[in-house]
Amino acid sequence: MPIVIFELPDGTQRKVTAGSGTVLMQAAVSNGVDGIVAECGGNASCATCHVYVDERHGELVGPPNDVEDEMLDFTAAERRPTSRLSCQVQVSDALDGLVVHIPEEQV
Amino acid sequence: MSTTTAGVVVVGGGQAGFSVVQALRGAGYEGPVTVFADEPRLPYQRPPLSKKAHTEPEGPAVDLVPESFYRERDIDLRLGEYVAEIDTAARAVTTGSGVRVPYEHLVLATGARNRPLPVPGAELEGVHALRSLDDALAIGRALTTARDVVVVGGGFIGLELAQVARARGAHVTVVELADRLLSRAVSAQLQEHLRERHERDGVRVLTGTAVERIEGRNGQVHRVVTGQGPLPADLVVYGIGAAPRDELAREAGLAVDDGVIVDEHLRSVSDPRVFAVGDCARHPHPHAEGLVRLESVQNAIDQGSLVGRRIAGTATGPYASLPWFWSDQGAVKLQIAGLRARTDEVRVVPGDTPERVAAYAFRDGRLVAVETLNWPAEHLAARRLLQQDTPVSPDDLSGSTLGTLARARRATEVRA
Repeated sequence: MPIVIFELPDGTQRKVTAGSGTVLMQAAVSNGVDGIVAECGGNASCATCHVYVDERHGELVGPPNDVEDEMLDFTAAERRPTSRLSCQVQVSDALDGLVVHIPEEQV
Repeated sequence: MSTTTAGVVVVGGGQAGFSVVQALRGAGYEGPVTVFADEPRLPYQRPPLSKKAHTEPEGPAVDLVPESFYRERDIDLRLGEYVAEIDTAARAVTTGSGVRVPYEHLVLATGARNRPLPVPGAELEGVHALRSLDDALAIGRALTTARDVVVVGGGFIGLELAQVARARGAHVTVVELADRLLSRAVSAQLQEHLRERHERDGVRVLTGTAVERIEGRNGQVHRVVTGQGPLPADLVVYGIGAAPRDELAREAGLAVDDGVIVDEHLRSVSDPRVFAVGDCARHPHPHAEGLVRLESVQNAIDQGSLVGRRIAGTATGPYASLPWFWSDQGAVKLQIAGLRARTDEVRVVPGDTPERVAAYAFRDGRLVAVETLNWPAEHLAARRLLQQDTPVSPDDLSGSTLGTLARARRATEVRA
């Protein structure tokens, strides 16, 4: 199963195993990674699981879907070109070693 | 952990109770933390329970966090153990098994229970309410064979389950006593849109209709007799509201009136050592006149988190989170931001696609709440603007959306 690295705003890293077929948000939540709130439980309803995909991995992860794209305009922390909602990022073996950065605020 | 050291005792292992302990440890609280959860399983998410059919034998993956989360943070999670009594004078609780646990701070996060269906036949096999994961699994199992499903109550849970049953190929009828679906929760202007969409999906909707009795054959539900005649049924699910579980507080002598009455810091008005959060709390709110009791995940998370941080010493302000809510009903995503009052003026605006609609509620010429269908971006924009107390008038919305306003405002902030 792929290993994903969540980097917190203070620079500390959490390395977690993500289940293939789940979503990135789930990997964060089930490993108790702070800073991913996911109030809506992964329904693309709340934009509280916002992450910045590390620039080296942007192409691997791909762009947001249409609904997500609109929602990213209203995240609590600033939107960047690398912004995604982690509940919309499917985990696959190809993402092994992925680094994502957690923004300062989610709500 | 020694039970003689007083720390924080949380009664209730739902979303609100979990949020308290997550926030306590997250804010650096080092005292003993004990959670009493009457269900014998790890705290889980409830919103998904009514939004899809749960048939996995082990139950779906709805745990809020794994068991290790509690262990690593030294949270004493007592599953399957309930609190029978609170002694506020001695600052201790007594559990169902007679164990006495002292507290420095007590947090009531006891949630709500379903109102029972007050008609003959409600006890028949095949009649279900939904609150727990076990309830959801039982309904999921029943849906594998059910052909005729009657949903009693056109509220959020009922409408979500109606769509779940429809997706399983069942014939579904929703029976609602009031003249409209979601009559209390959603503006009249949006209710018609919702009804249309459910009917378009093949859900039959009977409003202004009472259930008189449920009839069975061999103990199994057979039909539902309504004011508009009998409906065949091999599964009945009902969702006709919930009542707060406030009896522990009442028996302990704390002020209770359809919920534990708390102040703006979510502290019992009778005892500053006791907090109440989530579905069981009746509280003041800057967006409401008088006291309100809100049944939503947002409210459970935000109230739990505030109380956890307050006890830990990192939060001081009153509870003022903007209420928001969502309900996924088949292809319909309904979202609500803010608190609408019955007297607010509501304006419905079609969105940029046929699926999207927004209803904007104004009070004294100022936007106070927004209901949207299938328009999460507009919902989020509403939350940002309402949270920041940005005044929005009906004129501001002429030919514009909140999304446009919020984007413009954000652009201004970035330039400034």
